[in-house]
Amino acid sequence: MPKQSPVPDDLDKPFWDAANEERLVVQNCRACNRLQHPPQSTCSECNSADNLEWQEMSGRGRIYSYGVMYDCPVITLAVDQPFNIAVVELEEDPGIKMLSHLPGTPVDQVPVGASVQVEFESTPATGQKVPEWRVVG
Amino acid sequence: MPTENAPASMYRSTEGLGVWEHRAKVVAVGIGHSPTARRWDETTDTSLGAWSILALRKAIEDAGVSPDQVDGLVMAQETSTGSPWPAGQPIPEDFLKTYQSTDNPLDGIARLSSEWILKNMPELTNVKYTQYGPGCMSNALVVAAQAVGEGLTDVCLVLKGWHNFGGRYYVGQQGRDENTAEGAAKWSSLWGTVACYTTAMQFEAYCRKYGKNHDMMAPFVVNEKRNGLLFPEGFWAQHRPETLTVEDYLAARWIAKPANLFDNDIPIMASGAYLFTTPERAKDMKQKPVYILNHASDRTRLRSFGPTLEEAEAATDSTGRKIYEGAGINPSDLSFENMYDGFTLFHQFHLEGIRFAGVQRGEALDFYQTDISIEGPNPASPSGGNAGSGRTRFWMHTDSIQQLQGRAGARQIRKPAEIGVSGGPTPTGGNFTVWSATPD
Repeated sequence: MPKQSPVPDDLDKPFWDAANEERLVVQNCRACNRLQHPPQSTCSECNSADNLEWQEMSGRGRIYSYGVMYDCPVITLAVDQPFNIAVVELEEDPGIKMLSHLPGTPVDQVPVGASVQVEFESTPATGQKVPEWRVVG
Repeated sequence: MPTENAPASMYRSTEGLGVWEHRAKVVAVGIGHSPTARRWDETTDTSLGAWSILALRKAIEDAGVSPDQVDGLVMAQETSTGSPWPAGQPIPEDFLKTYQSTDNPLDGIARLSSEWILKNMPELTNVKYTQYGPGCMSNALVVAAQAVGEGLTDVCLVLKGWHNFGGRYYVGQQGRDENTAEGAAKWSSLWGTVACYTTAMQFEAYCRKYGKNHDMMAPFVVNEKRNGLLFPEGFWAQHRPETLTVEDYLAARWIAKPANLFDNDIPIMASGAYLFTTPERAKDMKQKPVYILNHASDRTRLRSFGPTLEEAEAATDSTGRKIYEGAGINPSDLSFENMYDGFTLFHQFHLEGIRFAGVQRGEALDFYQTDISIEGPNPASPSGGNAGSGRTRFWMHTDSIQQLQGRAGARQIRKPAEIGVSGGPTPTGGNFTVWSATPD
């Protein structure tokens, strides 16, 4: 599905640069040993900005829940309605969640709890790659 | 001195604070509402500013005070969640001629400052305390309650206004019609989420966890619409008195399945205002005072892009404990609940969190199959909420006050109205007020 191209900013550029290299990275606070996503300027636990680093993830996760979009406000996606939007939780920390269209999964037949593997999808406007997830196994 | 957002110290957002130090020392007396409209017709006398002034004046009149007795104003500056003034469109000349402006040309049109209100309500000659309770009336109410309790103001107006312009809410706005995404959109709307998506996703998880289904929501939503049609101040009662049936609900189109059209509220224009004071001052006022037993807030810090079922349940459990601890009451003391409903699919988180009518986790949708009407033993959301009267996020407060004053009209619950609770909006970020007909 033709997603909008995310425009990186100073805060999240490492995430999007890694996506272009087909790597999934997430912010980690060294002091708290705690992942957080979406990226923030400080650790949401200790409020420190000094201990944040980017940590590479395995790219494995599972489906937490989902909804099916029938009335999408994003013009470029509306032509593909209805479509799945699943919430994926990362293997390293189920508290860290990302969205996915679950390419290859039929509409409204989302296997909640199933294992998924990250893949990277180019977006039309700028070519910026974004993480997507596919059911495996 | 410019009005600022209320400091964190004014909110009761943690457990273990004990009974609220100002329990039953603050009362609500007056209520004022503007008319409602689906969208602004760009005439001056139906503008956000005009209707907010109207609501305030009605609250003052309803309480039976003179304007110069008012010494406080608590309000929200934000007046929409998704309807910006079109870029480049001039402000109507007549509005500019009628009202005094502030530095922000959209004041009174698409936002509302205390400065604008005070400039345009010259009768408020004695206001010495102003504060913003940002976002919603629920927030402004708890700030006002705390302010009166602390003696920062004795006769305090509380205001929330809403504007709505042409065009579909959210659609084509905030970059959603562009080929690129910036800011927070990179983590959500990149995938095409709509406002109700997160709640729909939580509800899916809820149904899977407890073995429930979306059809079980029908009695609640039908009851909301019924109660809304009994609310003469609300949008549907004023403009589109349409009854909703279970069949209508079940046949409605999906927005973000499992959220359908009737699980969403309709954006409208309206302003609402209340007058808070002390029990002593209320003795000379026109309406029966409604005592505030407690206020509580939730400030959950989410782990990721949006709240999960687990976060919603943890937050509302905590809210329930805070509500009862601070008020010194138990769930069985509640005559009714008016927790937020916009979206309808998270009302059960609130309802279960406060254990209304003894409902435990996972039981709310079964509870909805029982008599939850205003005539029954457990009136759920007698206001009808946003679903029943349009998106203002304040109907539940008005109804709570009216129920306890005995002037809810056709919506008056049949059992004695003694204590009620209202608040919202979201399960993981709301503000809640406990109201009582008596100080005891």
